[in-house]
Amino acid sequence: MKLTALNEVHKKAGAKMVEFAGYEMPVEYSGIKDEHFTVRDKVGVFDVSHMGEFWVKGPQALELVKKISSNDPTILRPGQAQYTCFPNGKGGIVDDFLVYFFEPEKYLMVVNAANIEKDWEWVNSQNDCGAELENVSDSISQLAVQGPNALSTLQKLTDVNLNEIRFYSFVVGKMAGLDDIIISATGYTGAGGFELYCKNEDTVKLWTAVFDAGEEFGIKPVGLGARDTLRLEMGYCLYGNDIDDTTSPIEAGLGWITKFNNDRRFIDRDFLMMQKTEGISRRLRGFVMLERGIPRQGYELVDSSGLVIGKVTSGTQSPVLGKGIGMGYVAREYSAFGTGIFVKIRNKTIPAEIVKLPFI
Amino acid sequence: MVGLTKIRHKSGNWIKFESLISVKSINFDKNLKTGNMKIPAELKYTEDHEWIRVEGDSAIVGITDFAQGELGDVVFVEIETEGEELDKGETFGTVEAVKTVSDLFMPVDGVVSEVNEALADEPELVNKDPYGKGWMIKIKISDQSELENLLSAEDYKRMIEA
Repeated sequence: MKLTALNEVHKKAGAKMVEFAGYEMPVEYSGIKDEHFTVRDKVGVFDVSHMGEFWVKGPQALELVKKISSNDPTILRPGQAQYTCFPNGKGGIVDDFLVYFFEPEKYLMVVNAANIEKDWEWVNSQNDCGAELENVSDSISQLAVQGPNALSTLQKLTDVNLNEIRFYSFVVGKMAGLDDIIISATGYTGAGGFELYCKNEDTVKLWTAVFDAGEEFGIKPVGLGARDTLRLEMGYCLYGNDIDDTTSPIEAGLGWITKFNNDRRFIDRDFLMMQKTEGISRRLRGFVMLERGIPRQGYELVDSSGLVIGKVTSGTQSPVLGKGIGMGYVAREYSAFGTGIFVKIRNKTIPAEIVKLPFI
Repeated sequence: MVGLTKIRHKSGNWIKFESLISVKSINFDKNLKTGNMKIPAELKYTEDHEWIRVEGDSAIVGITDFAQGELGDVVFVEIETEGEELDKGETFGTVEAVKTVSDLFMPVDGVVSEVNEALADEPELVNKDPYGKGWMIKIKISDQSELENLLSAEDYKRMIEA
């Protein structure tokens, strides 16, 4: 099992550790609900060093990114990041990822930990234009500092004016006395904050400095458990649950990161264009339970006559709403907001309602 | 118990994650703070991490401190078997934590005579006071001799430390 640079730090903090994507990762420290509210109300820190990072460089860098990305990288200005996915050539998704534009001929792709090998093979297999690729996943660590007090916490550690870093932008600068920290105004919680990328050898120092700076705000470490409840309250997709090799970005509601402008030729363009113009037969939707019950991945979604209309792809008890929430693909005729559906939970059929995302 | 090993979900990234919360995979040396864990000597235990407080021909049943710690924040306890006669090992209810679902098993043959109604509004009592206010059901024991098969506090401690 792989370890992140913070492995010992987590264990000393009393984290419950689990294997995730081949890494031993903290799933919770003080409890999922406590950690969840720490991020929503104050500031929390996640070790997400298991995520993968690929550099794309050289004269053909943009050419490759243009081809493999569903979103349009040509609109990026230096210092901007973009959420996007790799269409898989068969109408599905290889992975969803962030692409950072540093300067012409220099991009960084940040991918899911569970998909690092698959993505690396995929990107290389599509690199007929000859961009320079480098997989630096094992040498870069990442901390996500999220919540309303994230900015005040981190501002104490850097001269970079964090207020000026707009959402989905980034700066490379000094933080906590450490050079070349990528300070990115991004996240997977909907609570605001930053994602920080650093060298493995700097990670413990950065983590410690962030906790010292955040002490006055009640900063706490946050595990993968709360990471999942936080992202689900926002309706963010999790690869492997809500999107995978068999779901198209259009079906998943990721039309907003599937751009057909500038005549850009990209993988699955024609198929996705067809889905966009001709429509799709199923759609990823969020639903809220109307009675007590917690939807879980794999549970069936049914209509009032018991006919199966879809499956739950992600589900949990929303800490903020105090209700069961979930997402799942439903047949188009059930996808309108306000539609009543039912979730089969064990031996019961519990009513739910299709709602707009985010949930909160 | 709590079938910490009987997590229901299948497929996808989180499966792996969820199934790893099960008792068997926990790395005890590193994660288990046996020192802080309560295992009251006067109670009986099951291999499914339930405790039983015997009072004459009745018994109170709940899940252990260890079990609640492994489950994490309990958000829903569903027990709809009040009045039913169940065999040992049959499911009498379900406990849901934020990320896991576990069945609750009858520790001995008996009738579910009462359910802890307080858990409907305050499922977190299972975490806060597993041996007290977080109790789950009262049962009428069918066969007293079955009690001999339950674990003592010592046996239970040995089992989770093994």
